[in-house]
Amino acid sequence: MTMLLKVENVSKCYFGKTALTNINYSLEKGKITGLLGPNGSGKSTLLKIIAGLIPCDSGNIYIDEKPLSYRTKADVAYLPEVDIFPPNIKVKEILAFYNKVFQDFNFKKAKKLLNELGLQESLTPNTMSKGMRTRLKVVVTLARECPLLLLDEPLSGIDPLSRDQIIKAIAREFASEHQSIILSTHEVFESEGLFDEIILLNQGSICLRGDAEQLRESSSLRKLLEEVYR
Amino acid sequence: MKFDPERPIYMQIVDLIKKKIARNEILPMNKLPSQRELAVLMNVNPNTVQRAYKELEDEKIVVTLRGQGTFVSDNPALVKKLKNELANKALDDFFIEMKSLGFSNAEISHLISKFLTEGIDDNAAKS
Repeated sequence: MTMLLKVENVSKCYFGKTALTNINYSLEKGKITGLLGPNGSGKSTLLKIIAGLIPCDSGNIYIDEKPLSYRTKADVAYLPEVDIFPPNIKVKEILAFYNKVFQDFNFKKAKKLLNELGLQESLTPNTMSKGMRTRLKVVVTLARECPLLLLDEPLSGIDPLSRDQIIKAIAREFASEHQSIILSTHEVFESEGLFDEIILLNQGSICLRGDAEQLRESSSLRKLLEEVYR
Repeated sequence: MKFDPERPIYMQIVDLIKKKIARNEILPMNKLPSQRELAVLMNVNPNTVQRAYKELEDEKIVVTLRGQGTFVSDNPALVKKLKNELANKALDDFFIEMKSLGFSNAEISHLISKFLTEGIDDNAAKS
């Protein structure tokens, strides 16, 4: 099986405070990883490093066997946790912007997704709810036809209907033949049906990883989660 | 559908499809939804549905025809077999529960025959 992503001995400090310690992890093509852990465990930092947005202090990262650089950014679609859209620009123009910036942006797919996720082109972000803005982030990320999707907390703090729509959109659009996804969440039990494998981060280290179905059966995941989240 | 968090999801999908076949909700030779359709319907990873269909194929409950989809086997014994399988499971659960409540075989047998003739005793059920 080819590894789409390899993370080797990655560590990161912010102003002397450790965010990640010696992370080793590889992701096969065609898999969805659930990146779990409480707030502040290093999930967003890891995703930002893989996306090439912040440097790591030590360690190596390879995407499709190429070392991380500005070139690998073409292979990664990153959905940030924070709001990214200017407040008073129409959805229509946002899609046009993405279409211009990203060569792999599939405009037709974006319009289809927009429809399926119940959004209209005439809306502007300042008139949309948090759930709608998150759905829009999902639209522009899933519309990119690239090998690695990094979704940082796409299911947190939004209404159950939005959450359901987003999970369905991921299940529908995930191209399991040539794509992989890492999805981070601190609300563990919402999205567990989506995961092939699970990584549990705690205080910047991986404290558990494995096949999601096996972990479910062995119940070690549940026990660990209870400890970590206590 | 809500999944039991302590069992593999693909096994739960396998059980659900078996149940539907045993209850004649899906008939022999009927086409199952595509893996993608079922994944979206159940909010799960398409890989998980693939694993479930593979398991059903290995148990000869379904056949996948290239380019056409996945179908319930045209095997008259299959529905019967699944019905028996599920009935045994229901009996098993029932006996485990009754034994844990401390009923002896004779008492259970008495309760069953009473239940079959009179239906459930409301007062006994409440007390």
